[in-house]
Amino acid sequence: MPNDTRRGFLGLIAAGCAFVATPALALDEKQASALVQKSLDEVYAVINSGQPPAQMYKAFEAIFARYADVDIIARSALGPAARRVKPAEFAAYKHAFQGYIGRKYGKRFREFIGSKIEVTGARPVKSFIAVTSIAYLKGRSPMEMEWHVSDKSGQGRYFNIIIEGVNMLASERAEVSAMLAKRKGDIAALTADLQKAG
Amino acid sequence: MKRSIALAAVLALAACQSAPREQEINDPLEPLNRRAHAFNVGLDQQVVKPLSASMAGGKGGSSDGGQGGIGSHVVTGLGNFGSNLAQPGKAVNHLLQGRPEPAIKTTFRFLVNGTLGLAGFLDPASADFALPEQDTDFGQTLAVWGVGEGPYLELPLLGPSTLRDSAGRVVDLVIDPMHSVLNRDQYAIGLGARAVSKAGERARFGDSVDSVLHESADSYAQTRLIWLQHRRHELGEQGDEIDPYAE
Repeated sequence: MPNDTRRGFLGLIAAGCAFVATPALALDEKQASALVQKSLDEVYAVINSGQPPAQMYKAFEAIFARYADVDIIARSALGPAARRVKPAEFAAYKHAFQGYIGRKYGKRFREFIGSKIEVTGARPVKSFIAVTSIAYLKGRSPMEMEWHVSDKSGQGRYFNIIIEGVNMLASERAEVSAMLAKRKGDIAALTADLQKAG
Repeated sequence: MKRSIALAAVLALAACQSAPREQEINDPLEPLNRRAHAFNVGLDQQVVKPLSASMAGGKGGSSDGGQGGIGSHVVTGLGNFGSNLAQPGKAVNHLLQGRPEPAIKTTFRFLVNGTLGLAGFLDPASADFALPEQDTDFGQTLAVWGVGEGPYLELPLLGPSTLRDSAGRVVDLVIDPMHSVLNRDQYAIGLGARAVSKAGERARFGDSVDSVLHESADSYAQTRLIWLQHRRHELGEQGDEIDPYAE
């Protein structure tokens, strides 16, 4: 019957779509959660190590470089200017950006002494996985913390952290664009500023 | 009389437009807001920061979560006292939002802390009765009613807000049931206690506040972004997730 063939044909297309769609989600919820958990364990190991702050910031930077997709975060923070940046210039900027993140967020480590962060779940969103967690900080009501993890870089990496709705990617985008505007669009000057900032 | 004016203002606002549900920032008054921001940053630098540092025992916010001496206990107590007086107003807002359960719990919270909690200085409701504070305000009530967020505002002294939240603040002062219980001086003491506890928070989260207000390349833009994101998250109005790979 013609009707059946049509249904069969539509079914085939649907199956094809599903087939094409699956490889993009090779990273599953479990792996994404494990990635977040592992990076948290390393962060807490540094916090509890009691080493001097300057060394801690270096260690945080290394963890960030290992578990986050620094390339896409740095690119996204640069905004429209990322389209015109030369590869060598971008590499230098990315390196400076990574150090800046390690210092800026590392400086807050004291708030995390005696705290814990529990991974509570994960769900697919768009092309990535959102891992949810709750941060229990001393003397403060629990905070929702969400990690966006993707394997678009070739490996599972997180590219955004959202704490009680406050989005790290959006906030660094605003900050870097303000720094770049101060330098009238000069990326080399921005890079030099980032090396000192945070 | 006061009440009917406030109500008319709210209805006029409600007629404006409905909520834009995206990450956009609506800031037509930016030049004016930036002046208020410069004033607020100066105030923080000159007054609030030194004051809150001395409340925390002279060491600023960088001790471990503000667990310092007797001073911090006094501040916590004052904060509890002020915040307990705000509970009846919050119960009214929960009701206006059509949420009887938090309204009832908030009322019980007020009664427990007002009696067993020694007029609200202690917080046994959270500790022993599983009645934690369920924060709300008339700004949220307006959001529930479908009133749009309106332009972003930074108010002198009070800080970031929106047109909707500013209208909410005014209405909250007017509809507060505590007006019929307390006289004007008692009411002012309650507001004062809340202000002190805000300064206490400034000390506890000092590093975070410093990083945004005094270390950002554009502290106005950072404050605006962070505040709007957090407020929209509270109200369930946050925008779409960012997918940098799709850009």
